[in-house]
Amino acid sequence: MATKSLKKRDSDLANSNRQLEILSNGIFQNGELPTFKNKIAETNQFPLKAKKLEILQINVGYMCNQVCDHCHVDAGPDRKEIMTRETMRQCLEVIKNTGAHTLDLTGGAPEMNPDFRWFVEEAAKAGIKDFIVRSNLTIIRANKKYYDLPEFFKKHNVHVVSSMPHWTRGKTDKQRGDGVFDKSIKALQELNAIGYGMPDSDLRLDLVYNPSGAFLPGDQMSMEKDFKKALMEDFGIQFHNLFAITNLPISRFLDYLIASENYEDYMYQLVEAYNPAAVANVMCTNTLSVSWDGYLFDCDFNQMLELPVNSKIKHISEYNEELLEGRNIVISQHCYGCTAGAGSSCQGVVA
Amino acid sequence: MIFRIKNLETKKMSKTYYDPADLRKFGKITEWSEELGNKFFEYYGKVFEEGALSAREKSLIALAVAHTEQCPYCIDAYTKDGLQRGVTKEEMMEAIHVGAAIKSGATLVHGVQMMNKVNKLDG
Repeated sequence: MATKSLKKRDSDLANSNRQLEILSNGIFQNGELPTFKNKIAETNQFPLKAKKLEILQINVGYMCNQVCDHCHVDAGPDRKEIMTRETMRQCLEVIKNTGAHTLDLTGGAPEMNPDFRWFVEEAAKAGIKDFIVRSNLTIIRANKKYYDLPEFFKKHNVHVVSSMPHWTRGKTDKQRGDGVFDKSIKALQELNAIGYGMPDSDLRLDLVYNPSGAFLPGDQMSMEKDFKKALMEDFGIQFHNLFAITNLPISRFLDYLIASENYEDYMYQLVEAYNPAAVANVMCTNTLSVSWDGYLFDCDFNQMLELPVNSKIKHISEYNEELLEGRNIVISQHCYGCTAGAGSSCQGVVA
Repeated sequence: MIFRIKNLETKKMSKTYYDPADLRKFGKITEWSEELGNKFFEYYGKVFEEGALSAREKSLIALAVAHTEQCPYCIDAYTKDGLQRGVTKEEMMEAIHVGAAIKSGATLVHGVQMMNKVNKLDG
């Protein structure tokens, strides 16, 4: 398991331009594999266009209590980028003035932003009904000041979406760090105890599965069945849905693919699993991603690659729905990760 | 002339019997016999669908058989397939032992034939 971010390690790949270069060179440059642009053009889906904004996904900071092997954010305790209350206020203005119905908070560990609770409370006042918090679970057990997070989530009817790479300790800790499995189990039990994830409960608790290595996720429905059976039998844990998400070849996962000599095979897998039907519903078509410093991106992955939205509007403070709607989505070869198989997004399969 | 062309083609061929990249070209076998190739792949796909056995169980059977058949392509393919289905390495290794047990059992059960022959010839 990693202990430091690529940035802290001064890795070549902490540089997003270097990542984009790798994704455009080699097998994509020499024509061995088609670029994403050419591939979606085959079915007349280029350029990919943004539809009406439904989900505002806000990255409130890259700081995290974990350093997971394949984190696309390159998050960790050593990352200091954090959203200020000022930027949050700008986001709240947008929330008041758009039809976006869902606020999706991510990080890092979003709960580590000192203004996290203030932001949720203000956004609730501003009319947001559907909150998603991408919680890594262990944060709830990381420090006394987080112990009451489940109650806070419940109070605001926050939809909790949590990563859980496997139902066994070995595979989970290998990817996310020693002790992560036990803490996650404890946090899930606490969430269950106050009603989260229980059958027919309105308190939504979903898990996110992403593969631990250079392979694609299996069928979401059968994975969900296996997860539910194992977590129930072993720990009495219940949850609503499992989202199977494909690892995108960027940041720490790209670093891993190259170091383990799996890069080319992985790109072949992604291209071979390309599903044109998934293109229509990729998350960038109804989501806008806001970075910790207020800049706008088509998705969290483009944010990490520092590929800003293709619009005159670049920052949340100058948000203009009309100008952003219908914009051309910025793409590169990493986008194959969202169109492989049944497709992949932060909300699970798309086709 | 014909000899020369053949010679050139042989030169282009790889120096090893197995190349991992060849697995990706498996589908090309249909190019030289379309109907049979297509029928095979249709059958193959159907076999591995969810049925009386789950797709996960079938994947583990395939992994065990891949080893007894000692097919490197199949080993690569069904190891990855298992990982995709969340199969653990302990489950994979146990499946291979099932294959190995049948292989060694199949060898050893012929020991009875040897014993019968000894008893007949040297009773």
